[in-house]
Amino acid sequence: MNDKLIIAGKSYNSRLLVGTGKYKDFTETRAALDASGAEIVTVAIRRTNLGQNANEPNLLDSVPMSKFTYLPNTAGCYTADDAVRTLRLARELLDGHSLVKLEVLGDPQSLYPNVIETIAAAKTLVAEGFQVMVYTSDDPIVAKQLEDIGCVAVMPLASLIGSGMGILNPWNLQLIMERLQVPVIVDAGVGTASDAAIAMELGCAGVLMNTAIAGAQNPVLMASAMKKGVEAGREAYLAGRMPKKLYSASPSSPTAGIIGSVRS
Amino acid sequence: MITVSINGEPRQFLQALSIAALIEEMGLTGKRIALERNGEIAPRSSFATQQLADGDKLEIVVAVGGG
Repeated sequence: MNDKLIIAGKSYNSRLLVGTGKYKDFTETRAALDASGAEIVTVAIRRTNLGQNANEPNLLDSVPMSKFTYLPNTAGCYTADDAVRTLRLARELLDGHSLVKLEVLGDPQSLYPNVIETIAAAKTLVAEGFQVMVYTSDDPIVAKQLEDIGCVAVMPLASLIGSGMGILNPWNLQLIMERLQVPVIVDAGVGTASDAAIAMELGCAGVLMNTAIAGAQNPVLMASAMKKGVEAGREAYLAGRMPKKLYSASPSSPTAGIIGSVRS
Repeated sequence: MITVSINGEPRQFLQALSIAALIEEMGLTGKRIALERNGEIAPRSSFATQQLADGDKLEIVVAVGGG
């Protein structure tokens, strides 16, 4: 089936995007990424350790840029200015790579997006030539504004980052998808494979997750489950589910020819 | 003597030095890093020619695991 995810003109086979944080070590990170089938992986940008760990393991060695599309994020940024500076550093770090994930958070308890700062940062980044995939709330008006600014994908939360609470407001996600042309990717809140399937059945273009995999008892097995959940949900969406018939059953087997019945 | 802030920590150097020399001194030569000087990106190609000055604020970053 030719069903590619297209972001900023580039096509991807996998609709599952995954983070690279919170794993036991880089070996586990890589094993989980491979099991997930993800092609786009998020990374964080942080100050280098000024200590003398010259030979400490490096993410880039285990997750090479030649095999994965890096999506540097602005996790931990609370202002548009910090987010923009972080992504300028990311572009320099990754040899001019312009596909980025913008997230500007509101407070450390909820990690809920600050949409005012997010919009301000998105305007600057788009003007500077970045291809911005943007984490936001599930507010359909804000989502549309982010598309109008020129973001290449809009990524509403399903529930709070790292909460594993699943898809709390499918109706808002649908309102967003009805309004937007760019891919809508659920980012944050997925807890297990059925959550990913529900997001895809709603018509989302993809799902981005980190903790749901890294925080599972067996992250590599959960990565495999997520791959299947996303694929199953996508196929169900494309297949078009049967209509729900409340309080009216319909037998699956023929109603004629049942033994003992009276022929009329 | 100049004082330069690197990732929020003040560091003193006996004399002015280039970014390239600083990176070598910190054992970061050959590592994939990006550097911001006083809020502006310092391109890798400029490391050899940019001389640090007293009071400079540097941020040196790498890619790490994250979601």
